[in-house]
Amino acid sequence: MNKENVLRVSDITMQFGGVVAVNNLSLEVNKGEIIGLIGPNGAGKTTAFNVITGVYAPTNGMVELNGSVIAENHPQGKMKAQYKGENAGKYTGKTVLTPDKITKKGIARTFQNIRLFKGMTVLENVLVAMHMNMKAGVFGSALRFNAAEEAKMREEAMDLLRMFGLEGNKDDLATSLPYGKQRHLEIARALATKPQLLLLDEPAAGMNPQESDELMHLVGKIREQFDLSVLMIEHHMQVIMGICDRIYVLDYGALIAEGNPEEIQNNPRVIEAYLGVDD
Amino acid sequence: MELVVKWLPYILAGISVGGQFALIAIGYTMVYGILRLINFAHGDMFMIAGLIMVYMATALPLWMSVILVLIITVVLGCTIERVAYRPLRQAPRMSIMISAIGVSYFLQNMALYVTGGLTRTYPTIEWLQKNITIMGASTKMVTLITPVLTIVLVIALVLLIKRTKIGMAMRAVSRDFETSALMGIDINKVITVTFIIGSFLAAVGSILYFSNYTGIMPTSGSMPGLKAFVAAVFGGIGSIPGAVVGAFVIGICENIIKGLGLTTFSDAFTFVLLIVILMVKPTGLFGEKNIDKV
Repeated sequence: MNKENVLRVSDITMQFGGVVAVNNLSLEVNKGEIIGLIGPNGAGKTTAFNVITGVYAPTNGMVELNGSVIAENHPQGKMKAQYKGENAGKYTGKTVLTPDKITKKGIARTFQNIRLFKGMTVLENVLVAMHMNMKAGVFGSALRFNAAEEAKMREEAMDLLRMFGLEGNKDDLATSLPYGKQRHLEIARALATKPQLLLLDEPAAGMNPQESDELMHLVGKIREQFDLSVLMIEHHMQVIMGICDRIYVLDYGALIAEGNPEEIQNNPRVIEAYLGVDD
Repeated sequence: MELVVKWLPYILAGISVGGQFALIAIGYTMVYGILRLINFAHGDMFMIAGLIMVYMATALPLWMSVILVLIITVVLGCTIERVAYRPLRQAPRMSIMISAIGVSYFLQNMALYVTGGLTRTYPTIEWLQKNITIMGASTKMVTLITPVLTIVLVIALVLLIKRTKIGMAMRAVSRDFETSALMGIDINKVITVTFIIGSFLAAVGSILYFSNYTGIMPTSGSMPGLKAFVAAVFGGIGSIPGAVVGAFVIGICENIIKGLGLTTFSDAFTFVLLIVILMVKPTGLFGEKNIDKV
């Protein structure tokens, strides 16, 4: 097996005060894979996303993207005495990239609760995300030295909207779209940053079985067309089982299982975490 | 006709002062829109721009002084943001507000130290002081230039915000810091640009405003600063058109009150207006209801 590694999360612990939200999590995403991250509510899935995207600096551990460190930390200051996680002392460096830098390096995400820019149109929501790839600086763009680049970018943004069937809504306010379309727009906006790794936080939340089935195919299509890897949090089991190459299961912040969909479905610890134990 | 001759000078003066307030008010409203911070130091920046002009003009030709005032004020505005506000980005909003009050007093006291507490004479810009006659009312050039320049700058600013990359980034950041950063927007850069624009407009406003007065003191920025703040609240803080409309309303009303012979009450009117607007429509004319995110 010679797989090209895209994301490597090593021994990540995220502790808020005395609460350990993510405990010693390690996971890997290889090129072209669709990976599922599942677990009961409050298991720390979204926190893990926030660490990977730089919203939180981890308390301990390391995150690498294509072999370069995007976050590394170890318990410091007050946390030194409070730290409840494992692997204390294994990491010594401190690298904390801000979310915008991490996005530029190639990670994009969507949100569990939709977070489109209010007051901006559908097209603008995509353009904003596309802008960071533009060469023209602040004043160049203000003085419109970059008409050609701007036009090309708009064309690319429209292509993205077309792919999601949103081209007819381009001048509507993003927040006026129906729920399902808002979810699609969030994915389009994330893709506009030209990521190598796409993080989807419950993309099928609130969708009916038919819609989530369509979404599943869309995610597959995105992987092919944009040549990227996907890490997704999802509660709809038919989506997760139908599309993921491998699945990680979190419970109470810690990894309890890892494997392909079949292995996960038959794993007693996963069943226990989801359904509880028989007395 | 008689009525026009009697009232036109007051209305012209009102429009002119309104334009000057508008240039300051935009700085308040933009910073609030993005940082949710009332930048109390903004009025004092306006005063400092005036003092820079005083000292520059003693040594340099006027045109060069004007350019330098614009540049130095912008640099100062960005420096204040960097030193006093940026380190508090993660702090509660009240801390950064208190920091702004601190900067305000710091600037006033610096000015007191430099001027020795004496009123400094503002240089006369001949061209702005030229007398002109509009429909039989005699007035100064600056009265005519101010509203024109204000409108031009506001249109340019609105286009910048609506049409350009940085404008779009500013709108995105004003909606949601975290999501903007996750879309690859450099928040600090956007905030710096906001302070550049705010300081630049305050500097322009300062040149126009102090041209109408002979002297400048360390506290000269407080009253125009406060009135511009009221204008921003009246128009709906965070909204640029709101700030401009609010400033013109305040400028014109104050001068009409002066025309009625009630000069003593003109300042009081502004603050009564603030109280009334806060009671009747707390979001201001163009402000939007702030729905807290769940």
